[in-house]
Amino acid sequence: MRIAIIDESAARAAVIEEGLREVGLDELAIFSERRGMIGKIEAFAPDVILIDMANPQRDELEEVFVVSRALARPVAMFVDQSDAEAMDAAIEAGVSAYVVDGFAKARIKPVLELAIRRFNAFARLRDELDVAKSALAARTTIDAAKALLIKKRKLDEAAAYALLRKTAMDQGRKIAEVAEALLTAEKIMGGL
Amino acid sequence: MDRLRVGFLPLVDAALLILAHEFGFAEDEGVALELVRDMSWASVSDRLLYGYSDTAHMPAPLAIANTLGLGRPAVHLAAPFVLGLNGNAITMRPDIAAQITRVGGPGNIAETGARLADVIKSGNRLRFGVVHRYSSHNYMLRYWLRGCGMDPNTDVEIVTIAPPYAADALASGEVDGICVGEPWNSISVMRGVGVIVAVTAQIWRRGVEKVLAVKAERLAAEPEPYHRLMRALWRAGEAFVDPTKIERIAAILARPEYLNGSAELIAGAVSDQILFAKGAGRVHVPDFMFQHREAANFPWVSQAAWLYAQMVQAGHVEHSTVRYDAAQAVFRPDVYRAALRQLGAPLPGASAKLEGGIVAPTGVGSVQGRLILSADSFFDGRKFDPDALDAYLAGG
Repeated sequence: MRIAIIDESAARAAVIEEGLREVGLDELAIFSERRGMIGKIEAFAPDVILIDMANPQRDELEEVFVVSRALARPVAMFVDQSDAEAMDAAIEAGVSAYVVDGFAKARIKPVLELAIRRFNAFARLRDELDVAKSALAARTTIDAAKALLIKKRKLDEAAAYALLRKTAMDQGRKIAEVAEALLTAEKIMGGL
Repeated sequence: MDRLRVGFLPLVDAALLILAHEFGFAEDEGVALELVRDMSWASVSDRLLYGYSDTAHMPAPLAIANTLGLGRPAVHLAAPFVLGLNGNAITMRPDIAAQITRVGGPGNIAETGARLADVIKSGNRLRFGVVHRYSSHNYMLRYWLRGCGMDPNTDVEIVTIAPPYAADALASGEVDGICVGEPWNSISVMRGVGVIVAVTAQIWRRGVEKVLAVKAERLAAEPEPYHRLMRALWRAGEAFVDPTKIERIAAILARPEYLNGSAELIAGAVSDQILFAKGAGRVHVPDFMFQHREAANFPWVSQAAWLYAQMVQAGHVEHSTVRYDAAQAVFRPDVYRAALRQLGAPLPGASAKLEGGIVAPTGVGSVQGRLILSADSFFDGRKFDPDALDAYLAGG
């Protein structure tokens, strides 16, 4: 089974590719670059095409599917609406698939399920990365605020942190927000 | 409160849906909107057809294509409300534009087209990008080319280019011209990679563009939330044509969660102030994007019929009486009347008209309110009678 993975995110495409290879599907090709993509896909002659729903190129591809002589009429995956659960899962995950007309449905299902799992895993990874990034940013802000208090109020590090923490608790705000406010004030006041 | 999930693409003509939500009109009607932005009509269609969204912003011909089962399994859609008329333009490479039009303003598009035909006859194989195979952009472009003596199926190549790539495709020479909605023409013009040679309002003064699409079965089963939404959309239209609100509307549409674009360019489209070429001043083009007035949101069955005729001529549909009936049944003036009666909106009495048949302001029969329609002409003066499709198709 020849599978084309179209994704503007090369990282996500790699995650999907890895999953497919693990289950022994290795006739794979990844397409991330829009220029010249159509010709390359036609040359690859896939049986299945996976593409993320947020990709603006879907309309361009569907047009090619209608007019291309090289490609054997791929049709949107969700043609069979009997499997509502799989459909919901795919739309939730944001993955769409095209299958060459006549290709056995039973062979496609595991591919789509795997793609859905990988899409979700990738989204989780990205969320975790975002959380980690904002935690790091908060850490940096708090450290800068502590340093300011140590210098201006002649506090030691523990006392500086305790002051930030107490102020945050009194005002019902996060420590990072209080630290941010302190740094902003310092900037505006110009060190007065 | 009813909840409706609404699919849309980041285009100026998604305005009424966005404004119905942002100005609180939907909430006033007791319906909460959740706007779901996509980047392709394929994804908007998937969500709607498989029940992930309750309704969607959609090119009128795509609603017909989905109903006829072109490219996807057939699902009967209903379009009870037109989200706007026109608002698109044809933008060409500056070197070609210089040969066919007076760069910087709206020309006589019959003459522009004749010169384009000469450019093509002298051996240039031109390629145009349109936003979707089943889009008004595609059919308006084809109508113009055909009306100027070109065969859109053989003299040029027409391909689909997603709007975000349109300016790049012009710049790289991948295409020689594009027919897209705003703000994408303006972006090409500002980048200096394109010049507007025609706006679609010049091709058909009252060209139907996006519609509110909903599954027909769903609309029949639960009409009330959709009626509420349509009343909110009507009030959004009222706000859209209020000149004092342009800045505010443009600022809302420009927000990251909606069009994520330049408020200045969007304001140009909303106020019909069009920049035809970089360095030229903006030019006021009456009816560039037509909204609200003259029952612009009324889904005339004859508009669906005209689109179907173009789809047949493009070779996208093989004509049959069954398909013609199904295509016309997508437009639902009955639902429009039922929803808007209580607002006192003008309601046409007829459901179809002779398209292109009005040359001067004309009073038309209405079941509520007073309604005067002004010119709805095609650039070539042709008229479309939905009851005489065969004669129309035979006439080329």
